[in-house]
Amino acid sequence: MSQPASQHPHKIDVKEFHPRARAAISDPKIRQNFRKAMDGLITKRKDAFESWDLEALRELGANIRLRALANLPDLLEQLEAKLTENGVKVHWAVDSDEACKIVRNICVARNAKTVIKGKSMVSEEMELNHYLEEHRIEALESDLGEYIVQLADETPSHIIMPAIHKNTGEISELMHEKTGTDLSNDVEYLTASARQQLREKFMNADVGVSGVNFAVAETGTLCLVENEGNGRMTTTVPPCHIAVTGIEKVVGNLEDVAPLLALLTRSATGQHITTYFNMISGPRKPQELDGPEDVHLVLMDNGRSSIYQDDELLDTLRCIRCGACMNHCPVYTRVGGHTYGTTYPGPIGKILMPHLIGLDEGRHLPTASSLCGACGEVCPVKIPIPDLLVRLRQESVDGDKLNPAKVQGHGAKRSTLEALIWKGWSWMHARPGVYRLATVIAARLRKLQPTKLGGWTRYRTAPKLAAKTLHECVKERGQ
Amino acid sequence: MADPIKVYPPKPSHVYFYATCLIDMFYPDAGMAGIQLLEREGIKVIFPEDQTCCGQPAYTSGYHDEARAVAKAQLDLFPEDWPIVVPSGSCGGMMRKHYPSLFKHTTQQAKATDIAARTWELTDFLLNACHIKLEDLGEPTTVAMHTSCSARREMGVAEVGPRLIGQLSNVSLIEQVRAEECCGFGGTFAVRHPEISGAMVSEKVDTLTDTGAGNFVTTDCGCLMNIAGYAEKNQKPLAGEHILSFLWARTGPGNGGK
Repeated sequence: MSQPASQHPHKIDVKEFHPRARAAISDPKIRQNFRKAMDGLITKRKDAFESWDLEALRELGANIRLRALANLPDLLEQLEAKLTENGVKVHWAVDSDEACKIVRNICVARNAKTVIKGKSMVSEEMELNHYLEEHRIEALESDLGEYIVQLADETPSHIIMPAIHKNTGEISELMHEKTGTDLSNDVEYLTASARQQLREKFMNADVGVSGVNFAVAETGTLCLVENEGNGRMTTTVPPCHIAVTGIEKVVGNLEDVAPLLALLTRSATGQHITTYFNMISGPRKPQELDGPEDVHLVLMDNGRSSIYQDDELLDTLRCIRCGACMNHCPVYTRVGGHTYGTTYPGPIGKILMPHLIGLDEGRHLPTASSLCGACGEVCPVKIPIPDLLVRLRQESVDGDKLNPAKVQGHGAKRSTLEALIWKGWSWMHARPGVYRLATVIAARLRKLQPTKLGGWTRYRTAPKLAAKTLHECVKERGQ
Repeated sequence: MADPIKVYPPKPSHVYFYATCLIDMFYPDAGMAGIQLLEREGIKVIFPEDQTCCGQPAYTSGYHDEARAVAKAQLDLFPEDWPIVVPSGSCGGMMRKHYPSLFKHTTQQAKATDIAARTWELTDFLLNACHIKLEDLGEPTTVAMHTSCSARREMGVAEVGPRLIGQLSNVSLIEQVRAEECCGFGGTFAVRHPEISGAMVSEKVDTLTDTGAGNFVTTDCGCLMNIAGYAEKNQKPLAGEHILSFLWARTGPGNGGK
């Protein structure tokens, strides 16, 4: 096969949200691919939870995550001690640069030239592939979706289904162009072709890199949920396995995993269980026949500990990365994952990314929501996503003197004009007499009402003022 | 963590009617319909004259100081311990769910919490506190319904509209596809992200039109303005009204039939 596509730094200007949204909305292929995929996922999830007391399970999931976060510092220490005892080397990274360096140093020490990767959103956050390529270490994605995205030199458009923005025809053309696979609409054939190419890479890779779904502090177990078997291959075939994860992924006990797993697979893909569930507890022991001789865990902070400082924002860290919020999001369904320009798209991205890149850079993220609440309703760990969006909107305009903003880059969206408009609005609506006078005058002058109201009337007629306000109607009738 | 279970009050002698600014200026007929439906249940309806707006537009835009100033002006309007009924899931949700946090650590906290606990979405109140029984006087018709996201998710009243319409013997309700999906209004969202909002409302108008009913009712004037405004501009065969206007028109004295 040809070399994997070079990983250019995908330095997308997050601030250019609007032009990307416009382009996506007017692209029928994007609209169709996402609508079809999301409709399917919504139905699958619904069916998967049918015989469950979903509210009770979500409550349990939320409490497990809350308890873990409440004890996060202690659990992380316990996790490190237990993993070390099990023979896993634990590394701490304050940001993505440091995490990349740690991975590279491990590779260099082993004289490793090729890395095979299982699916990991944290490695996307690190832009690890690009970094390794820059340092002449080949990094190949082995998850089918990630493999496709890598071939196309793109980034994932969904955290669970990275290539969901492409249909079979597009994937076939891509594989034909990049790897010489025959053009075909047969999914089995395309998958088999990718598998064949990946098998060889697995056998020869020096290092396997994976993510982590849950890190169990009590036992020092790294849990990895996957469907294709590439996660198991990544973590067992190469002589060295490096797991990368965010510090929030820790849970206290092994028994915490079962409810979270039940929630994760059903929420994500509507599966009762995934094809593979890996529990990694250390390197190969002397009497064992397979498994890596060397296992590392990189625990990355990258802004998470600053989220941890605030009681309300803390809820962001409960996330178990199922993607249900994006599957149910009417905005994500319309614009697709790439429009956001961030590692994590959709509702979770809108509340998480501002902490990672700053609210100045991510100023359009919190407003790109109708606050419909579908995300919060399906979140398996009950993250109050709409409330957090409102909080970040407040932060981005420095809108609350009682609760001063604290997220980095706060206030970046505050404009003098908009602040003045809201001040005027507030002044009028806090004075009932002024309000009544103004609304009555508006009703009398309704014929002069503008018919053009910016973005509103591009798609709709202007709202029509009534001849009399309800205040007047009630007064005329007499109470 | 869990949403508190709703405990409906017994049918009261009096209620406060909090109309919302959209109804005040754009849909006063829906407000009058709500008042008359309540009165027919034998309830004295108090309309506090000094009401303006719940403060939500500024709140969801992040201007919480401005929202608080407006909301504070509403807190003194409900001195008696009567229920406060709101003909909107959205404004009702603002008062019931967000007032307590907006006034947290202020001297108005207790008052805001009390008002929140007394706030009810009006159709929910008619059905579950007044146990209203509707007698349909209108001609046979079909109708579609769009329940607002805040009525559905913040106020938990998605079942209420269909049950009320279900009491009308001559009306068949046709459910739209993707009934749970947002119409794209979202307050200032429709202006800040016009293309996304436009894409959402165009699909909502399609699913409502596809019911073949030709008319839809909704719990919220924001959705009504959005959906009906799109249908009108794009000449789609779809008309809408507030569910209260519809219920009163079909059951009110001298109003039978449409």
